[in-house]
Amino acid sequence: MMSETGHAEPTSFFRRYIFSTDHKVIGKQYLFLGMVMALLGGLMAYVMRWQLAWPGSQVPGAALLSEPAVVDGVVTPPFYNALVTMHGTIMVFFVAMPILLGAFGNYLVPLMIGARDMAFPRLNMLSFWILFTASSVMMISFFVPGGAAAGGWTAYPPLSARPLLSGVNWGMNLWILGLALEFSAFLLGGVNLLTTVVTMRAPGMTMWRLPMMVWMQLTAAIIFMLSVGPTIAGAILLLLDRVVGTGFFVPQQGGDPLLWQHLFWFFGHPEVYVILLPGIGVLAEVLPAFSRKPIFAYKMILYSIFVAGVLSFLVWAHHMFVSGMNPTLVMPFSVATILISVPFTIVIFALIATLWGGSIQLPTAMLYALGTLTMFIIGGITGIFNGSAPVDIYIHDTYFVVAHFHYTLFPTVLLGGLAGFYFWFPKMFGRMLNETLGKIHFWLTLISFNAVFLPMFALGIGGHVRRIYDPSTYDLLKPLHGITTFVTIATVCLLLSQIPFLINIVVSLTRGERAAANPWRANTLEWSTASPPPHENFVGDPVVMRGPYEYSVPGADQDWLPQMQDADTATTR
Amino acid sequence: MAKWFPHNVSTFGGDIDSLFWLIFWVGLAWFVLAEGLILYFVIRYRRGKSQKAAYITGVPWRQSAWILVPAAVVLVLDLAVDAMGAHAFEAVKGESPQPDVRLRLTGEQFGWNITYPGPDGVFDTPDDLVMLYEMHVPVNKTVAIALGSKDVIHSFFVPALRLKQDALPGREIPVWFKATEPGDYEILCAELCGFGHTKMRGMLTVHTDESYAQWVRENWEQ
Ligand code: HEM
Ligand SMILES: [Cu+2]
Ligand SMILES: [Cu+2]
Repeated sequence: MMSETGHAEPTSFFRRYIFSTDHKVIGKQYLFLGMVMALLGGLMAYVMRWQLAWPGSQVPGAALLSEPAVVDGVVTPPFYNALVTMHGTIMVFFVAMPILLGAFGNYLVPLMIGARDMAFPRLNMLSFWILFTASSVMMISFFVPGGAAAGGWTAYPPLSARPLLSGVNWGMNLWILGLALEFSAFLLGGVNLLTTVVTMRAPGMTMWRLPMMVWMQLTAAIIFMLSVGPTIAGAILLLLDRVVGTGFFVPQQGGDPLLWQHLFWFFGHPEVYVILLPGIGVLAEVLPAFSRKPIFAYKMILYSIFVAGVLSFLVWAHHMFVSGMNPTLVMPFSVATILISVPFTIVIFALIATLWGGSIQLPTAMLYALGTLTMFIIGGITGIFNGSAPVDIYIHDTYFVVAHFHYTLFPTVLLGGLAGFYFWFPKMFGRMLNETLGKIHFWLTLISFNAVFLPMFALGIGGHVRRIYDPSTYDLLKPLHGITTFVTIATVCLLLSQIPFLINIVVSLTRGERAAANPWRANTLEWSTASPPPHENFVGDPVVMRGPYEYSVPGADQDWLPQMQDADTATTR
Repeated sequence: MAKWFPHNVSTFGGDIDSLFWLIFWVGLAWFVLAEGLILYFVIRYRRGKSQKAAYITGVPWRQSAWILVPAAVVLVLDLAVDAMGAHAFEAVKGESPQPDVRLRLTGEQFGWNITYPGPDGVFDTPDDLVMLYEMHVPVNKTVAIALGSKDVIHSFFVPALRLKQDALPGREIPVWFKATEPGDYEILCAELCGFGHTKMRGMLTVHTDESYAQWVRENWEQ
């Protein structure tokens, strides 16, 4: 299946670390990019929260920002809108996707299927650099006259379609350009991943022996590729509306603003599954390894994911219950939305059942996995409120929604991302992370995360609409102001809680204990090669003999049976 | 948490609230069940010195029932929530009952224009009355609003009525409500409409019959 003559390891610094075609280096590049963007997105959240808690006061650190974004250290309304928009855009497209798909997908998939690299290594490099360009375009858009895009991450026209209406001209064009580049990067990445999984599996690696992470990456890539088309078309129309003066979304010229909402959400809803699935993939690797048990009902989980994936294409209008679309369409979308809870109940309970009867260890990676699972459940349950059309009439566009989607996204992206980070760090960097710092980091993050987002449900119930610059405008929100302030203080705590993490990375990279090939005694193929793996991943040619979750098999002399039993059988084929 | 909802003053708001609380209690039960299981398993099966994990694949039906039965129960609950929801949604967004008062509400960057047809009861005549930010209606009367926008999408949101509807340029969307208690209730804009979004605060005044008659006299007949 694989050519015996792989490419030789490049020697120059540039070819090795910058313009590398090695999936492992590219995976780390995605990881690094995603982490930097997460920091920027988090700082944007900090500035927003400060303005909400103490409207019109100086933001500490605002000296780093310049006019007209801030005036005398105070955030201006246009800049607030730009922050909301760019925070959402960055977190979804430049943090979640780079870390969960870019980093984990690139780094892990070839290793897990026993391949030497991705199917198209140079295309892989291209994808990353397109994404890098896209991120730069997004960040540069803050500095053009008029500032960055300010119409929300959903960019509803006509606000987004006419520079005069939002006051943002080039910032919005660059936003469209940046997204178009981002989409291209992940389309190319998706093709690459699909080809890799289909054609480059090691002998013996049947589809039903694939680790769950690979399945999730594959399904996510397919969902992304199938859903993004209409939104790309919509983005082109939007750009034409802006720069050529067409009126696809402008009613005065015969256009329809709702058309954009349909085109956007047809992709926007499946997109949350694109993000969610790799997060579930992390759980499906980490929970069995630290419970020493097979994953519960492997195939049933997959079938449920496929069903949920198909349903995800049929629910987009649940974002539009009060948009003015045809009310007879509302109930079918509401029913389909709520029905998604059925396959997800299967997945969640299967993950919980994986713990049942196990021999559970709680290193930081496992703590993060459990944190992801427990917190995501809150996100899932609160989704029912939004899915119920009449309840959504009230909570739509309030902080209840903000709380809900952060309880789905933050666990999968950041808690799940960290579970994966603590789990695969030894493999990626050849050193162990410090467990004490890791646990401090975990508990601080978990507690402050809840302190930030749990009270937001109450704010939403109280009528606090989202994307407003100054809640003190409304008498209704005055009694809630204590909660608002509390949330902001918790946000600062959440950001500061990342300091032990940064220290941990620096200390462990330089002085951490050297990692063995398989420190967690896990089964999947990436653990059967050295940490970090050599240039072409495996010394011999791996041959796969069993499924990925054979933990605690009765009669075996150890509580794990690697997919590739030992190097000898592997090299001799 | 009950008091965190603004006091409801619409005929249909009660249904929305009860549906919310139904989902809340059912959701809470599932939350406690799922989180409780996780907590129990983590404590009960914490690795001891000699503890060995059981080899449970979840493949035989007797095992997979543990995940299929909860899913079946969720399915039934889902359908119940949907069934109740259909009725409540229809009440708010379906056909309006015969209106007693008609007015026009137009969103604009950054304000609300409220147009009354005036004494002749017909719109677009010289006696129309246009007010900015203020909406006056009588209590216990059906109010029908033709909702529109001049420029971008806004969203008419009155928390006390449990009513929200986007206002789209180029369309007139019918909205109705019947307020059950006199008082002043804030109107918010729930859709990001530009840098002045935060300032789109309006006020709905629900009058008793007498005070409404007086307000009409003072404002319509000069
Ligand atoms: C560091 C922790 C975070 C904090 C404190 C935070 C805070 C916020 C706040 C306050 C808003 C709403 C602003 C408003 O409506 O006025 C918001 C919006 C949003 N956040 Fe976050 N967030 C965090 C992390 C994340 C993550 C990890 C994601 C996704 C992966 C995310 C995705 C979004 C999205 C999509 C929006 C909507 C943007 C819009 O309304 O256009 N956030 N966040
Ligand atoms: Cu959705
Ligand atoms: Cu607005």
